[in-house]
Amino acid sequence: MRNSNMKPQLFNSEREKDLLGHLVTTSLKYKLWIAFLLLIIIIGGYAYYRQLTLGLVVTAMRDYTSWGIYISNFVFFVAISLVGSLISSILKLNKNEWAKPLTRVSEIIAVAAIICAAVIIIVDMGRPDRFFYVITHLRIQSPIIWDVIIISTYLIISLLLLYLSLLPDIALCRDRLTTIPKWKKWMYRITAINWTNHPKQIKLLKKVSRVLAITVLPVAFAIHTVTSWLFATTWRPGWDSTNLGPYFVSGAFMAGAAAIIFTMYLMRKHLKLEAYITEYHFDKMGRLLVLLSLVYLYFNINEYLGPAFKMVGVEGEHITELFVGKYAPLYWFVQLGGLVFPIILLIIKPFRKPLPLFIISLFVILGAWIKRFLIVIPSLQHPYLPIQGVDESYLHYNPTWEEWAITLSSFAWLLLIITVLIKLFPVIPIQEKKEESKTVVEQNTLKNETF
Amino acid sequence: MENNDSKNDSRRQFIKKISTGSLLAASGLAITSLTSCKESSKEKTTLLTTDGKLVEVSNSEISSLEHKHITPKESRQGIPGKKWVMVVDLGKCKNAKKCVDACDKHHNLTPDRPYIKVLEMKDNEKSSPYWMPKKCFQCDNPPCVKVCPVGATYKRTDGIVLIDNERCIGCRFCMAACPYSARVFNWAEPPEENQDELYSPETSIPSKIGTVGKCDFCPDMLRKNMLPHCVTKCPNGVIYFGDEIEDTVTNGEETVRLSTLLKDKAGYRYMEELGTKPRVYYLPPVDRMFPFEKDTEESSES
Repeated sequence: MRNSNMKPQLFNSEREKDLLGHLVTTSLKYKLWIAFLLLIIIIGGYAYYRQLTLGLVVTAMRDYTSWGIYISNFVFFVAISLVGSLISSILKLNKNEWAKPLTRVSEIIAVAAIICAAVIIIVDMGRPDRFFYVITHLRIQSPIIWDVIIISTYLIISLLLLYLSLLPDIALCRDRLTTIPKWKKWMYRITAINWTNHPKQIKLLKKVSRVLAITVLPVAFAIHTVTSWLFATTWRPGWDSTNLGPYFVSGAFMAGAAAIIFTMYLMRKHLKLEAYITEYHFDKMGRLLVLLSLVYLYFNINEYLGPAFKMVGVEGEHITELFVGKYAPLYWFVQLGGLVFPIILLIIKPFRKPLPLFIISLFVILGAWIKRFLIVIPSLQHPYLPIQGVDESYLHYNPTWEEWAITLSSFAWLLLIITVLIKLFPVIPIQEKKEESKTVVEQNTLKNETF
Repeated sequence: MENNDSKNDSRRQFIKKISTGSLLAASGLAITSLTSCKESSKEKTTLLTTDGKLVEVSNSEISSLEHKHITPKESRQGIPGKKWVMVVDLGKCKNAKKCVDACDKHHNLTPDRPYIKVLEMKDNEKSSPYWMPKKCFQCDNPPCVKVCPVGATYKRTDGIVLIDNERCIGCRFCMAACPYSARVFNWAEPPEENQDELYSPETSIPSKIGTVGKCDFCPDMLRKNMLPHCVTKCPNGVIYFGDEIEDTVTNGEETVRLSTLLKDKAGYRYMEELGTKPRVYYLPPVDRMFPFEKDTEESSES
C-alpha cells in the first residue's frame, strides 16, 4: 500500500523510509478514524450548543455538586499532560537513551492534553463570554489565576519543546518529500525556518533544548500542584489535605506513563514501527509504570489512612461512603483494578510484553479518570451543614447525556490532535544523532533477542 | 414624539427640583409610599412644585429618585459607619419558613433553591433536634472572596459580602470554598419577572444566568433604614439585626444591646474553629418557645 504512488517517493535510507512513509501515504483506516473522531466532536458540539443556549442547567450539576465531570476531566487532562516532562525532561536529563524514540510522542500527548484541559475549563464556566475577565480583572490571590498562569506557561514550554526538537526533521521533510501536496510542502518550508543542519544551528538548538528540558520540570510539578490547590485551599472533606500536591503529581506521572504505553502500542501497530519501538521499550515502560504506581500507592495510603483512622464528622462520612457506601464499587475498582493489580502483574515479566502491558495501561487510564471523579464529586456531596430544603435533584449527581457527549468529544479532540500531529510530522526523531540512535536500535533488537 | 420628549424633560426638571429638598410635603409622601411603591407603580401622586404648581407624578418615579440606583461600582463601598450583624435565637424558631418565603419573593427566587434554608439540626444522639435558619454568614474572613479569580465577590466596609453578577464568570470556586454552602447558582435563565429593572448587586435583581447568588442582608433595605425582609416577616422574632458599632440589634419588636444579648444567652458562631469569623451569631436552642415538630408536608417537600 505504502509505495503505490505514481511517482515513487525516494528515500536515502531504510530508516527514513520507515519513519517518513506514513507522511506520504494516507490509508483508509486513517480516514475512517478521523471521520469517527469528527462525528463524536460534532455530537459534543451540539451538546455544548445546548449548554450555551439553555445554561448549565442541562448538566446534572446543582448547588451542592457544583463541580462535575468537566472538572474531573480537567484534572485528568492536566495529569496526562505531565508525561511530556517525564519522558523528555526527566529521562533525557538522566541520559536514559532508551526513551529517545518516545520523547516526541510524549511531547505530542502533553501539548494535546494541556490544550484540552484549557478548553474543558472554559466549557465548565457559567459565563464563557466573560473568559477574558480572568486577565482584565484578575486577582492574583485566587488559586484559579495561579492555574491560568501556570497552564499557559506549561503550554508554551511544551509547544517549544515539541517544535524545537522537530526542527531538523521538518527540514528533512522539506528536503526529502517530493510527492506531497503543495500546502504540505509550503508548511514544511515555513515551519523549518531555514534549518540547514549547520553546526552552529545544531549547537544552539542543543543548548536551547537543554534549557527547556530543565525549565519544564518545575513548571510541570507546579501545574499539577497548583491544580491540587484548587481543592486543598477549601475546607471540603477529602480536599482539605496537605498531602494533595504530591498525591496529584504522583498520580499524574502514573496516568501519563500509561497514556504513553497506550499511544506507543497503537502507533507501533498502525505505523509499522516494530523495529523502532521494540519489546524492550515496552518492558522498560512497564518497569517505569510499576515504579510510578508504587509512589502513587504510597501517597494514596497517606491520603486515606489518617482520615479513615480518625473518622471525624463529615470527613468520616465521606470516607465511609467511599469505602463501603454509594461510591465503594468505583472506589475499589480504582484502587485495585487501576493501582494494586497493575503493580502486582507488572512485576511479572510476561505482563510487560506489548499486548498485556497495553491492556493493563488501559485499566490504569480508566482508573485514573474515575479517580478524578471520586476526588471531585463525593467531597462536594458532604458539606458541613446537612443538605436539606432543596429540590430532590440536588441530592444526586448522575451526569446528563450532554455532559457525557462533551466529555467524550474532549477525548476525541485529544486523540484528533495527537493523530494529526503524528500524521504531519515524523513521530520518531530521524536526524537526531543519526549514528547513535541507529546503534540504540541495534542494541534494542539485540536485547530483544536475549529476552 | 417631540411632545412626549418635552413632557419627559419637564418631568425630569421637576424631579430635580424635588431633589433639592425644597418640598417637604412631597418628600415625606415619597418616603411613606416607599414600601408599596413597587406594587402600585401605576398609581400617580399629585405633588406641589417649588413654583406653586400641582403636578401628577407616578409613584415609581419618586422612589427611583429617593433611592437612587446603586451601580456595581458603588456597591463595592459599604454603607458608611455601619457594621451589620445578625443574631438568630434558635430557641424561638419553629420552622414557619416565613423568612424563606419573604426572601424568595424579594429576590425573585424559585422555591427549589432558596437563599435561606431552615435546617433540622441535631448536635448529638441524646440532645433534642432544633431548627436552624441558615443564611450567608457574611464572614469577616470570607473564604469565597479569597478564591474569586475576578473580584466578582467582595467584602464591604459595612461587613456585607456581595456579588456582582455582571463580573461573575461562573467558575463556582466560591461555592466549593464556602464551608456553609451558602451560595446558589443560576443554572438556568432566572424567572422572567423584574427583567426590565436596572441591575444592582445590592438588590441582585434581575439575576443573571450562569452566575452565583446568595443571601446579602438586603442592603437595598438597609439603605432605606429598613430591616431585611427575613427579620420583619418572622412571626416569632427569631432574627435580630443591627449595627455592631451601635451595639444594638432588633427583631422588629424589641431592641437589645448586642453585647448583653450575646453574653446573657451564650451566643456563638457556627464552626468558629474554621476561622471565618461569621457576622451571624446563634443563641443556643434553650428555653424553647415551641416543641420540635416536623411538619409532614415539609419533610415530603425536602
